[in-house]
Amino acid sequence: MELTRHWRLHNQRYSLVGEQCDRCGARLFPPRDVCPECAEPAQELFTFSGRGQVYSYSTVYSAPEGYQEYAPYSVALVQLEEGPMVTAQLTDLGDDKPEIGMPVEMVTRRLRADGDQGVIVYGYKFRKHVKDII
Amino acid sequence: MVPNRPVGIVGYGAYVPRYRLPASEVARVWAGGRDEVPVREKSVPGLDEDVVTMSIEAARHAVARANIDPRLIRAVWVGSESHPYAVKPTSTIVAEALGAVPHTQAADWEFACKAGTEALQAAIGLVGSGMARYALSIGMDTAQGRPGDALEYTAAAGGAALLVGPAEESLATLNASYSYVTDTPDFWRRAEESYPSHGDRFTGEPAYFRHISAAGQHLMDALGAKAGDYRWAVFHQPNIKFPQRVAKMLGFSAEQIAPGLLVGDIGNVYAGSCIIGLTGILDVAQPGERILMVSYGSGAGSDAFDLTVTDRIEDSRDRAPLTQDYIRRRTQIDYATYTRYRHKLKT
Ligand SMILES: [Zn+2]
Repeated sequence: MELTRHWRLHNQRYSLVGEQCDRCGARLFPPRDVCPECAEPAQELFTFSGRGQVYSYSTVYSAPEGYQEYAPYSVALVQLEEGPMVTAQLTDLGDDKPEIGMPVEMVTRRLRADGDQGVIVYGYKFRKHVKDII
Repeated sequence: MVPNRPVGIVGYGAYVPRYRLPASEVARVWAGGRDEVPVREKSVPGLDEDVVTMSIEAARHAVARANIDPRLIRAVWVGSESHPYAVKPTSTIVAEALGAVPHTQAADWEFACKAGTEALQAAIGLVGSGMARYALSIGMDTAQGRPGDALEYTAAAGGAALLVGPAEESLATLNASYSYVTDTPDFWRRAEESYPSHGDRFTGEPAYFRHISAAGQHLMDALGAKAGDYRWAVFHQPNIKFPQRVAKMLGFSAEQIAPGLLVGDIGNVYAGSCIIGLTGILDVAQPGERILMVSYGSGAGSDAFDLTVTDRIEDSRDRAPLTQDYIRRRTQIDYATYTRYRHKLKT
């Protein structure tokens, strides 16, 4: 069941593919069957730009199983340029502290691996723009 | 070699992780600080990075610079010595993340440090025959040296993606390419081993210098070209001295190789080595300038490419971060952090 779930979520998790409502134009992430703004069904696929800013964040010191190797790490609520809010890990922070309002961009990274023998799960995280660091 | 249909590079993208380990740190831990170091520092990937994630980022930049629909890509080929899976292609994950699936080929290539340019030769063939409009070739590595080994100073992470397409859409057109291969046991890693072995400390004459100079010279001779006809050149760079010396052997000046000689700042990125050097050149090149690129892979062989930059370079360049942007995005780490990031501690 787990493996099938990873597989079905590929598009949305690797590259922020959500939906755009045919009727009211709302951009939805994650994809849903019905637009929450106007209740229109059947939605068009829409690939988000991946740009956004940190709306809030918290730092995890005691990580759940499968994520311990990355601790401590920060998880943020990121407001995408197109509107929706997504929860994701911040990465490539180096010695920087996350900040509210920090502009970030989406990257695809390892989320976790099921031990040494299992599948490696990849998905979106966010980081400061390359040019904002230099 | 010249394809039936003129082709070129329609998009390119580089990737270098944020972290740097100074060579002086390796010398401090293993040589009492007294070793002569082959590079200033090397790039080290973060805990959540591997050849898949790094290839995806470089490939997104290549597609952005080409400004094409990724569904038109007919091959996604990744050359590396450090694919995260022993069995399961890196390339299918990259293709999925790009939105190039399912109407595409995908495969991983292996030939030590020339796996990336081997993929490039194949992409030139696929597009040049008319079988594909676009084919993506990637050279990317997260190389590992045995702790304390000479390779630990330089074994680094990074690489680049080159999208091949029709010449009329190219930012650099291909004039010709050439490959030169022999069976030479200079460097190897057996299937179950984590770290590579090498013939001796620096495997120069019969391996690196012979193959690069032969490939470069044969290609120049075939085209009736001399070193002075090129504005830029880039060679595989396992350290700073080797590419400097092979450039001299072929008649190139220090100035001609300067923008592509990145090894001192990022280390040896193996399958990505000369192609990330090429991205450093494309970031500064002007229309009309001619470039010679020659890779080297242990085992052994070299691929040589002769390219001419077009006026499309100017519009496409700023659609993605420059290679120097990644090089300047730099956070220094110490040897202890490096051992954690590279999983060198047994727990
Ligand atoms: Zn709606």
